[in-house]
Amino acid sequence: MRTTLLALTASLCLALPTFAQDSAPQTPVPVETVEAPALTGLAAVLAENADQIAKPSRQTIGPVIAAIGAAGPGAPAFLEAWADKRVGQRADGAFFLIEKTKDGYALTDPATGADAGTAPKSEISELKPNSGVRGLIASALVEFQLNDPDPAKRRAALDSLARDGGAEHIEPLRAAIDNETDPAIRAQKERLEGLLTIRYGISTERRVAAIEGFGSDLGLDLRGAINPLLVTTRKAFKGAPEGNIAEELRPGRHINEEEAYAILVAEGLAPARLTRAALRAALEANVENGAVAGIPVAELDDPARRDAAYTALEQAGKVPAGATDDEVTAAVAAHRYADLYAEPDAAVTTAAREAMKGIEMKVGVMQAADLGLDALSLASIYFLAAIGLAITFGVMGVINMAHGEFITMGAYTGYVVQLYISDYTTSILVALPLAFAVTFLAGVTMERLVIRHLYKRPLETLLATFGISIALQQIFKNIFGTQARPLTAPSWLDGAWVLNDVVSISYIRIAIFVLALVFLGIFLFVMKRTRLGLEVRAVTQNPSMAASMGINPDKINMLTFGLGSGIAGIAGVAIGLFAKVTSELGSDYIVQSFMTVVVGGVGNIWGTLAGATLIGTLQKGIEWLNPSNTLAAQTYMILFIIVFIQFRPRGIIALKGRAAGD
Amino acid sequence: MSQLLEVSGISVTFDGFRAINNLSFSIAEAELRAVIGPNGAGKTTFMDIVTGKTRPNEGRVLWGERSVNLLRMNEAQIARAGIGRKFQRPTVFEDQSVAENLMMALKANRSPWKVLFWRAAALDHARVEALATEVGLGDQLERKSGELSHGQKQWLEIGMLLAQEPRLLLVDEPAAGMTLAEREQTTALLVELAKTRAVVVVEHDMEFVRRLNCKVTVLHEGSVLAEGSLDHVTANPQVIEVYLGR
Amino acid sequence: MKPGFLSKNPSVLTFILILAVFTLGVTFLSEAYGSGVISTSMVKTLGKTLCLCLIAIAMDLIWGYTGILSLGHFAFFGLGGYMVGMWLMYARTREIVLSSAGGVLPMTPQELQDAIATQIFGVVGASELPAVWSLAGSLPAQLALVVLVPGILAFVFGWLAFKSRVTGVYLSILTQAMTLALSLYLFQNDSGLRGNNGLSGLQNIPGLDAVGQDALSVWFLWVSALALGLGYLVAAFIVSGKFGSVIRGIRDDEARVRFLGYSVEGYKLFVFTLTAVIAAIAGALYYPQAGIINPAEMAPIASIYLAVWVAIGGRGRLYGAVVGAAFVSLVSTWFTGGRAPDLNLGFYTVKWVDWWSVLLGLSFVLVTLFAPKGLAGLVDLFQGLRPPKRGGTPMGPSDGSLREQEAVE
Repeated sequence: MRTTLLALTASLCLALPTFAQDSAPQTPVPVETVEAPALTGLAAVLAENADQIAKPSRQTIGPVIAAIGAAGPGAPAFLEAWADKRVGQRADGAFFLIEKTKDGYALTDPATGADAGTAPKSEISELKPNSGVRGLIASALVEFQLNDPDPAKRRAALDSLARDGGAEHIEPLRAAIDNETDPAIRAQKERLEGLLTIRYGISTERRVAAIEGFGSDLGLDLRGAINPLLVTTRKAFKGAPEGNIAEELRPGRHINEEEAYAILVAEGLAPARLTRAALRAALEANVENGAVAGIPVAELDDPARRDAAYTALEQAGKVPAGATDDEVTAAVAAHRYADLYAEPDAAVTTAAREAMKGIEMKVGVMQAADLGLDALSLASIYFLAAIGLAITFGVMGVINMAHGEFITMGAYTGYVVQLYISDYTTSILVALPLAFAVTFLAGVTMERLVIRHLYKRPLETLLATFGISIALQQIFKNIFGTQARPLTAPSWLDGAWVLNDVVSISYIRIAIFVLALVFLGIFLFVMKRTRLGLEVRAVTQNPSMAASMGINPDKINMLTFGLGSGIAGIAGVAIGLFAKVTSELGSDYIVQSFMTVVVGGVGNIWGTLAGATLIGTLQKGIEWLNPSNTLAAQTYMILFIIVFIQFRPRGIIALKGRAAGD
Repeated sequence: MSQLLEVSGISVTFDGFRAINNLSFSIAEAELRAVIGPNGAGKTTFMDIVTGKTRPNEGRVLWGERSVNLLRMNEAQIARAGIGRKFQRPTVFEDQSVAENLMMALKANRSPWKVLFWRAAALDHARVEALATEVGLGDQLERKSGELSHGQKQWLEIGMLLAQEPRLLLVDEPAAGMTLAEREQTTALLVELAKTRAVVVVEHDMEFVRRLNCKVTVLHEGSVLAEGSLDHVTANPQVIEVYLGR
Repeated sequence: MKPGFLSKNPSVLTFILILAVFTLGVTFLSEAYGSGVISTSMVKTLGKTLCLCLIAIAMDLIWGYTGILSLGHFAFFGLGGYMVGMWLMYARTREIVLSSAGGVLPMTPQELQDAIATQIFGVVGASELPAVWSLAGSLPAQLALVVLVPGILAFVFGWLAFKSRVTGVYLSILTQAMTLALSLYLFQNDSGLRGNNGLSGLQNIPGLDAVGQDALSVWFLWVSALALGLGYLVAAFIVSGKFGSVIRGIRDDEARVRFLGYSVEGYKLFVFTLTAVIAAIAGALYYPQAGIINPAEMAPIASIYLAVWVAIGGRGRLYGAVVGAAFVSLVSTWFTGGRAPDLNLGFYTVKWVDWWSVLLGLSFVLVTLFAPKGLAGLVDLFQGLRPPKRGGTPMGPSDGSLREQEAVE
């Protein structure tokens, strides 16, 4: 209580000079100036308490430090120097900030900061406050830093307090809130005050109020402050459990016998159980004439015989007693067990638990939102990767196993462009259309040379394009090597959009999402609003009829295939921005792309969208359920899709059409 | 007279288009029936429903003395129950010889395990030869069916149908693409077949239907427009309007 | 077998004869039993090739004859290898543990098991024997699992897929997905099969330490040849009778077969499961010769390569599959083994280690486009066989049906 009062006084005094500086330049108006005009401010305080300052003791120095703190200009510098052991007392009793020189000390007047000449070594005795005193000085200094006119310094002080603030900082911090003018820093101060109160506060009411004051705030710092309050330890009791009990543990219900016995052993309330290794070692140490306690060694591959041998040794007193099973049971039954909070104050832990419950609930909701964002971004990646495939597979009935390699080709195009154009923004803007052009050409070439001859032979197209896929992949390896090549995003795509400590999404993913939307739009526009789209749809539905109406199906197929491949190239650039660009980049996405098309339903862009959403959500969802294991997530996702296909062999969108027919 | 196949009140919709609308139809044992109608009248869909290829949205299809519900069975089960179907385009297994085609169609146990260890006995060879002779392919047994002419393929398919020994034969436009002589042969065969089993012939060609000389069902827009002898239905003004009035 | 069988399938006799001569020849040239012209590692390669020929026959049955392009048969192959590998590794480790056991007391069964588990699973940081290994100590049980595990997996998968009438490309992608799921599952450390480390040391047969690898390799060659011969006979038997007619019918025109009263799904399921079992047996023979198995072997790409072999050899013909598998895998070994001489083009030196995949991929495209009959087409040239002339249409409407150029017998 006393320290609180002192600190309050100190901060009240402190307020005056601070305001003074803010309003107009004027001399400080310290309290004691009237009587001793010769010595004002700091100088006066120092002179008054010279003995104490020279030989400070932790018990009594408090008021002195407070007085110095209140003494106006020069006080912070003096305190800092004092804690750093840079203050000396001259033989005449005056204090100076000292700096060692060749043959003595350079002196600085603490009150004015003016040079006070030099002094030989013999005239100065250095002040060496002990660590307890230094601690008191440091917390007094915090007050100054928290009230420093420079906002940057105030923030720095807050940051350092957030890292390693302690009980002694609560009061100065509270005191520094009221006269804070910057609203942001004020909020920060208030928050920190609450956090420190939760952790180190003394009065139960204040702590509970602080906890409740935060509500279900999502900050990591709040969770960091509350969590230590909820740490529990397991204890065993002969009678009823005592202390701040989190939960009483009944053997058989909350813990099993093993765990209960382990607690007893850990607390030294029972002897350790005999392990198999110990049993073996004990027996081995007692082999006599090829037998242990009369049982031949050859028989000791049977656990029951080993137990018998040990019991015999035990009775002979050759080995220490090991706890047997019924002894363990009895010992466990003779005790009660509980989880105890390390924090003794029950009201605080109850409030903390309630607060944590609320926070966890909110964190759960936020995590779901974050998961949703993740799923959405994964879905847009799959959509981008699959849309070209959906065109070639859905519209033309041609399966293109080399689609993945077209994606890779796009990514490598981006890499090559960046070799020549060093500005990342420009290079990406050049790479996108260039990748489209390159893969468009590759697609058209492939269609002309191979696929054209295999229409209506989907299985053979699958195999032939697979041949192209292995050839392309190896060619990439031969040209670009096996190591990953960089494809760097422009710096404005770095970083993430952070909503709070739980929800965030990187800008690249947002960009990919936007790109996916753009492609959806372009695709819809091309298919529904242009002559090309009309002709494509005509050829899809009835090639011979379309041909008889003057549409050249050959040309349409070629263009469609080129379009699908070109989009794969653009997808490659987008994927390359966040994934490693290797020759296997595309094949990592190819199965998921197939799944997307198949699940979504063939021949419908909305189906592809639905498929990508389903697969993206599913994969993220399973990963969330089993975060340690992304391989398992993929496995289960594929299994789900296999089962899904059983029930909806034609995919999501086709199902709608049929359901409408019922 | 007990009915072999009884179709009542079936309807089927494809994406909003009513291909079959409350159609009822029945045929007795050993009856020859011609089904005629303009394009899109639902003739082929009707056959698809009976053979299990298409599921109707409503209605019943009952089969045989014990009135088995055909809608609960798949294509293979329906075929095994005794309904044979001949497609419009001749569909035979072109990679396989005439004998193999016929052997596959021969009535026998169809389960994979039985078929795996099934080996043709002399009796089966004789039966295949007899069937081949019956459809005029007696000297072509070892030829690949892919090499046969269009008409020969039609005949081979009919031979395969006979080998199945169905109780009801559904024949889709048998005369399409046949020469005049082949048509006459086909007519005779169908009439002959109908003596021992029920035969439903779907046909466009009025001349051909006239030669069959049997009861005629006229389909229009998915339901029965008229039924009776050919002269009776051709006198029906509605039929005339449907066929000629457009 | 009836007299009609061999006369209808002249290739069977020829094949068995060639196989027998080959096996004997290799034996007499081997290090263990003959002049030593063929090194032990070469004998192993040949033995492995025979196993690959066996799985190629399975692939030909399911794809060439039934028209189902399965991209999952290498998964069954790998599963078979895993099943036999578990016993090999367990029994071998057991021997090692027993022989190196220190201490005075004999081990209890629990101690023995723990020691084995620590040995086997130390590499993935586990020391308990997973439940899937509970039968690993018994050879007969694991041999039964070689057939049962892939068989049941194929049956369940096939039942689901065929029942809902998934066909053509969809089915191919679905089988590919199944393979991917399986290999990803095995890649996990907690799948109980040592994750990406796989099983190793399989070339050491427990209880046969006295027999050197040179002799073992010849033994395995014999067993593989026997399995291949039997597999060929079984396959020839299946495709020669009415069953063969039916499955070829399913390949060319599934709907027509259905209207003949055959339950197409049942036949597909039968062939799918049977070929999965054949593939598993081939795998069970392959991996003891390879010495190591890991999940990468089962990746979808392996199954696609299998299709490549069959296509290059000539699908729809059993000897085509065998020739394709033997030819491509041996040539591939030659090229990728670094033994092929570099091709100097003046401006660029083609290193075959780098370019072999390109060559394989492109030749595969060429075969698909211009020689659908594959290498077996050469046999037709020799025999003067002519395909039926039918004006260029496929043999049936189904995706897997033969093309006119392929149809010949």
